[in-house]
Amino acid sequence: MLKAVSVRYNEWLDMVMKHLVSKKNRALLRELVVTDFKLRYQGSVLGYAWSLLKPLFLFLIMYIVFVRFLRLGDSIPHFPIYLLLGIVMWSFFTETTNQSLTSIVDRGDIIRKIRIPRWIIVLTSSTSALINFLLNMVAVVVFLVINGVDVSPYVIWFPIIVAQLYLFALGMSFFLSAFYVKYRDINHIWEIVIQGLFYLTPILYPLTLITNETLQKVILINPAAQAIQDARNVLVTKDTLTIAEVFGSPMGRLIPLGITIVVFIIGVLYFKKEAKYFAENI
Amino acid sequence: MADQADKPSAIKVKNVTKIFRLPQERHRGLKQLFLHLFRKGGYEEQYALKGVSLEIKQGDFFGIVGRNGSGKSTLLKLLAGIYTPTQGRINVVGKLTPFIELGVGFNPELTGRENVFLNGALLGFSHKEMEGMYEDIVDFAELERFMDQKLKNYSSGMQVRLAFSIAIRAQSDILLLDEVLAVGDAAFQQKCYDYFHELKKKKLTVILVSHDRGVLERFCGRGVLIDKGRVVSSGPIRKVLKEYSKVVLDELDQEPRKEKETTKSEVLTSFAEINKTRTLDKKGETQKKFTFAEPVTAEFTVVMKQTIVNPIIGLTVWQKNVDKPLFATNTLIAGTRTTTYKAGESVVLRTRLPAGMNDGEYYVEPAIANESGTVFYDRRPKAATFFVNGSSNPYSILATEEKITISVEK
Repeated sequence: MLKAVSVRYNEWLDMVMKHLVSKKNRALLRELVVTDFKLRYQGSVLGYAWSLLKPLFLFLIMYIVFVRFLRLGDSIPHFPIYLLLGIVMWSFFTETTNQSLTSIVDRGDIIRKIRIPRWIIVLTSSTSALINFLLNMVAVVVFLVINGVDVSPYVIWFPIIVAQLYLFALGMSFFLSAFYVKYRDINHIWEIVIQGLFYLTPILYPLTLITNETLQKVILINPAAQAIQDARNVLVTKDTLTIAEVFGSPMGRLIPLGITIVVFIIGVLYFKKEAKYFAENI
Repeated sequence: MADQADKPSAIKVKNVTKIFRLPQERHRGLKQLFLHLFRKGGYEEQYALKGVSLEIKQGDFFGIVGRNGSGKSTLLKLLAGIYTPTQGRINVVGKLTPFIELGVGFNPELTGRENVFLNGALLGFSHKEMEGMYEDIVDFAELERFMDQKLKNYSSGMQVRLAFSIAIRAQSDILLLDEVLAVGDAAFQQKCYDYFHELKKKKLTVILVSHDRGVLERFCGRGVLIDKGRVVSSGPIRKVLKEYSKVVLDELDQEPRKEKETTKSEVLTSFAEINKTRTLDKKGETQKKFTFAEPVTAEFTVVMKQTIVNPIIGLTVWQKNVDKPLFATNTLIAGTRTTTYKAGESVVLRTRLPAGMNDGEYYVEPAIANESGTVFYDRRPKAATFFVNGSSNPYSILATEEKITISVEK
């Protein structure tokens, strides 16, 4: 006998949301991520090595320009690693959002022909970026060891900092990917926003270079900037200006954390609302 | 069928309406968003389905028929949960296959093996489960030697075979199939038929969308005809298919007449061009003069000028000085499948004309129309002329060589 289950289709998404980690969905996520990796490096001689080489070359360029020529960060110990960690974390944020943004539209063929939880597709893109990030972190750790950096015990905070950054990127990704289905302009807008944020985030320059305190506060409200500074603080050097110091209280962290949570909730709700119509709107 | 009413239902569709909101300009951008903020509208509403209700019982082999654009695929996507109904409800009892097409997510850049695992994951299988089934899948598809090759090197038939043998592993109570037999050779189709028989024996619920009357009649017990977004007929499949024939013929009847009044030009649009229309004798050589009862074959070539999707290609034969066409056929009536053709591609259509044409002068008029038969891409009256001679009885349009028997009733 068949088990009688009545499913109202409007509610199927609610249903699967509860089964976020069901065996079936995990298997699908895994297969999609593996496929993503296979396809990305197909036909290239160095293959996976590129995910490591790309940020290293970017680091090399920036190191030459900003550390050797412009002599930024002379006051900060281990500035090259400080710079590298910033680049790696920033790349993680941009890669997650950029890949997710087009993910729903790119997988249109699947969405139009099969009923799978739509959010798995966004999760796939962000998981690929997360794996890339972890690979890059291997390079960072190698540099930390070579340079003999004295890592503080606060390093246990690092996974939590990354988790918060991931949550922020994922929330943005849910919103952007759903928005892109209807309004293709967001692709170009996001490119500009990312470009602007890159300079508004202390990646290339130490935050101490900016002397206006209000501006420092504004910069650190951005969860990505706050995460980068905190990560540098626990991993590379105590000489990093973090949000706790700028606001004069560790409670300052609640602002970017709040933004992260709000962005995530709005992103998920908007995605959930739009997901029902992806198949017809793509 | 007396027991039909007693069977428990598998799917209940209640008063379902689906409206697609199409942006009026085909341009999607922020401009539209801002326009939309200040004034209502900016969208065109298109009813894909209007108040559709139907019930499918457990164990039914249910057919959905309808012309292209009638809304039958929309209905299937609603059943599959890919679309959400604008109004109405759909109740499903049991587990439903999530896909409506074979080989969803197949990637040409991956090997056959990788595609099996990817497709399996999309159907809800874990990697381990797929490993257990892998041998069987490959065996059934008869593709052992090709599994480590990239899918882009597979023929379309091979791809379908692979997709089909994964799809049939999906464990569900209700199967949804949209034009599964569209591709594949005769041997593969036989495999599909065997599989259908097996499903029937297992009393699984199957919903099949197809144009193919033969398949529908052979397997489906009941069905529904969708036209212009409404249920036109439902019940036993024979009755439904009869209605379907009417709908198709009505349309074909109306269209050419309208066309004749409005235009006399030969090339109607720049979509396709017909040329090399000729008649052939039984040896396959070009021939214009035939003796009575000799088989006549008509042939012509269509050169596509643009990408054309599922056109209807056919011909009409006229006798000199007769207003009514003597004979007409096309790919839709004959059940010959057409696909998508790219610009520059050309197809050759060949068909035997009916026997019994009497002495006289005849004209072949080839034509190609869009998939719903509403627009002619090209039509060439009198593209070829042929003559029939030598009938012993040249007084009627048709002649026969049939013997006549007489028997006296006792």
